[in-house]
Amino acid sequence: MSWLHLVILSPFLLALFVPLLYRKFQRIHTGWFVLPLPLVLFIYFTQYISGVSKGETYLHSMKWIPSLGINFDAYVDGLGLLFSLLITGIGTLVILYSIYYLSKTKEALHSFYVYLLLFMGSMLGVVLSDNLMSLYSFWELTSLSSFLLIGYWYKREKSQYGALKSMLITVFGGLSLLAGIVLLYVMTGTFSIREIISNVDVVTSSHLFIPALVLILLGAFTKSAQFPFHIWLPDAMEAPTPVSAYLHSATMVKAGIYLLARLSPVFAISATWFFAISIIGLITLFWGSFSAVKQQDLKGILAFSTISQLGMIMSLIGVGSAAIHYDFLDDNIYLVALTAAVFHLINHATFKGSLFMVVGIVDHETGTRDIRKLGGLMSFMPVTFTIAIIGGFSMAGLPPFNGFLSKEMFFTGMVNVTKMDMYSMQTWGILLPIIAWLGSIFTFVYSMILVFKTFTGKYQPEKLEKKPHEAPVGMLISPVILASLVVIFGFAPNLLESTLIEPTMASIAPSLLAEGKEYQVHIKFWHGFTPELFMTLGVIIFGILLFMTIQKWSKIYTRFPSSLTLNNGYNYGIKGMEKGSTRIMKTLMTGFIRDYLLIIFTFIGILLLMTLFSQNAFAIDLKDTASIGVYEAILAVVMVAATITTLLAKSRLTAIISLGVVGYTLSLFFVLFRAPDLALTQLVIETVSVSLFLLCFYYLPEFRKRKVRVKFQLPNLLVALLVGTTVTLLGISANSTKLFESISHYFIENSYEKAGGENMVNVILVDFRGFDTLFEITVLCIAALAIYGMIRLRLTKEEEE
Amino acid sequence: MKKNDLILQTTTKVVTFIIIIFAIHLFFAGHYTPGGGFVGGLTTSAALVLLLLAFDIKTVSKVIPFDYKKVAASGLLLAIVTGLGSFIFKVPFLTHTYSYFNLPLLGKTSLATVVLFDLGVYLVVVGVTMTIIQTIGESE
Repeated sequence: MSWLHLVILSPFLLALFVPLLYRKFQRIHTGWFVLPLPLVLFIYFTQYISGVSKGETYLHSMKWIPSLGINFDAYVDGLGLLFSLLITGIGTLVILYSIYYLSKTKEALHSFYVYLLLFMGSMLGVVLSDNLMSLYSFWELTSLSSFLLIGYWYKREKSQYGALKSMLITVFGGLSLLAGIVLLYVMTGTFSIREIISNVDVVTSSHLFIPALVLILLGAFTKSAQFPFHIWLPDAMEAPTPVSAYLHSATMVKAGIYLLARLSPVFAISATWFFAISIIGLITLFWGSFSAVKQQDLKGILAFSTISQLGMIMSLIGVGSAAIHYDFLDDNIYLVALTAAVFHLINHATFKGSLFMVVGIVDHETGTRDIRKLGGLMSFMPVTFTIAIIGGFSMAGLPPFNGFLSKEMFFTGMVNVTKMDMYSMQTWGILLPIIAWLGSIFTFVYSMILVFKTFTGKYQPEKLEKKPHEAPVGMLISPVILASLVVIFGFAPNLLESTLIEPTMASIAPSLLAEGKEYQVHIKFWHGFTPELFMTLGVIIFGILLFMTIQKWSKIYTRFPSSLTLNNGYNYGIKGMEKGSTRIMKTLMTGFIRDYLLIIFTFIGILLLMTLFSQNAFAIDLKDTASIGVYEAILAVVMVAATITTLLAKSRLTAIISLGVVGYTLSLFFVLFRAPDLALTQLVIETVSVSLFLLCFYYLPEFRKRKVRVKFQLPNLLVALLVGTTVTLLGISANSTKLFESISHYFIENSYEKAGGENMVNVILVDFRGFDTLFEITVLCIAALAIYGMIRLRLTKEEEE
Repeated sequence: MKKNDLILQTTTKVVTFIIIIFAIHLFFAGHYTPGGGFVGGLTTSAALVLLLLAFDIKTVSKVIPFDYKKVAASGLLLAIVTGLGSFIFKVPFLTHTYSYFNLPLLGKTSLATVVLFDLGVYLVVVGVTMTIIQTIGESE
């Protein structure tokens, strides 16, 4: 246990005390008690920057289940540090914002902060774990706490729906991630990420490589809301806005990106990785930005915008994996994609966080988030408007904000793909920059909608629930800080270059670094007249055109049939699964014993027959069979006749009697085959059971005594024939294959010698195998007591009544 | 109309003892010839059932005032105790032994511990059968 472990676990520890603090200090907003923790953690993590930027890493081990190789190993390197700073930094701001956002009196604050702290701790655990198993545990904890946070207003039906949906999708991904982790373990024999990376040759040459890759991709795509798993994110917007700002823009949805970046050194060598991530990322980018334009809800726009931006980062990581194929660090043109991914990761967290907070303020101060009702708020909320402009323009990729820089680099990365001389990229690689460019145009459009539809245009006071006014200062602090970061990173990206971006790239693509070398990243505004610049100009021109004419072309969204949407697919899928399982249940679980028996017998017959013939076990060997005497033949005929009578009898009485005939014939068989003890017992027992049957018959209700033959049913006949044949064939085969000498010789020789008895059957029953007899008489006792209990208990009950 | 079961009852009085003696014979002969605790017990209960048929349940339970549940339980107890007895001689559970003795009247006889076990079986079978029949018979 080191300080680092304590840091990861500290949110969990604080979460234990939050309800207590909430009860004890009702006058103080609980958030104030929570606020110092992320701040302290943030300061703690900043101390790592100087070491990490020099290429140092820190590893602290803690034993958890050492016998299984599962340890809680905390590991700090560039990537982990970047995410930790994001989590704690934005966490601080979000908690500060939530103090002013959530009412002290109306809300269940203790549960809110418990969930939020749980989430913060598990997210730190995800990004700082070196052991895949502890990473997975924290991963599922983020899903769980996010489920709790989305369903925070649990009385709303939509919250429940959104929480359930996100839970189902992310847990599905989480489980496939677990499967992927297990496959990695099978390949390398370790859960440690660093050891897996050092054994990367074993992984890439294994036949499990592709399954593991696909499973891990599934985990990352579901968590990071990639197409087609993005559908949970818009519904997660039912959560309180601080939660949306924190989880669904800055941290949790980036867990998938973190995972891919973390495992990039393992998988990036394969073409599947390159194609899957870049293409899914680009589809998500385009689809997210395209869908964001039609949203009427501000948070809906931001949700689809997040999806689209995550797709952009994904595609950059995918394209950046091409860099691994080039040995030279200098003039490796694909590295720029990785740089852009890391840079945009930071940028997106800053501007999306601030935009969510802006939307929260608008919602809080006007009572609605519907852009059709909003408008002309500029003069009421000047500060909020400024923040929205900064965030929105940065998101659209306009200078001089940081979004412009990362968007330029994004275009560079995508344009470089066309120069690729592998994966036959020359032919259709050109599609990638085009899709990216189209997506960026829509990004521009929805950013403008977000900013201008809300704050400019006509003011419609009659549609608003409250009279709008500027938000309290406390609520504005966090978005102001984030917006200033947007501007600062825009003007001075070199602040991030050596401190965060370079060490992060060293974690994502370590194989490119020679001993003692470091990445040299330089981000600059002006590249000269490059294709990227013209692409940005095109984005702006077409974006403005589209924004101006939005009334005319927005009808195409209604053209798309709603029955073909993914959401509809999800809903129908869930409903269909429920209906299907109900139907299967109802078909199989009829409640009739006859149906269950039919199933059981069919399976017994089929399984045994299949085994018999697939193993070639069927055999007929007449060598050891005795000759058939006249008496046996006669008895057999009698028995068969009695059996047929039992089956075809019209009255039950006949059936009982003929069953008795079968029993007595059996005891005659015992006589013939020289088993006097069995014959005696069989005679008496048959008598007893026949009289019991008669007793039952005597007490049957009148209408059941009608003389009706057993109804003929073909399935019953077939199954009965099947089972009969099976057992007969089995009997013949078993009799024909004698593998061992019988043990009976021992009994014959020793029953008098050792046990002092001449009746071998009895000696076996009471001496050699007395143990069985002991429990058979116990069974008898139980049966007697059960009958006694059944009859007597019923009687006493009647007496009471 | 009251039925007169004189012939049945008189025959029963004679036959019952023959059956019981046959049952005891079956029980004791079990170690050497066909028979044993199980059949012996069943035959004994057959004798008792015959009594039940000829007379009625109340009369029979007055004449033979056994609680058959206890009979079954004591049989089970006897069987287990016989098994446990082998622990005294530090041999595994249910190890039986036998030996020959010269008894007065009977002469040279073999006595075996399995008979005790078999007696347990006998008692259980009698107890169980009679419990079942009596319970069903008494129920309305």
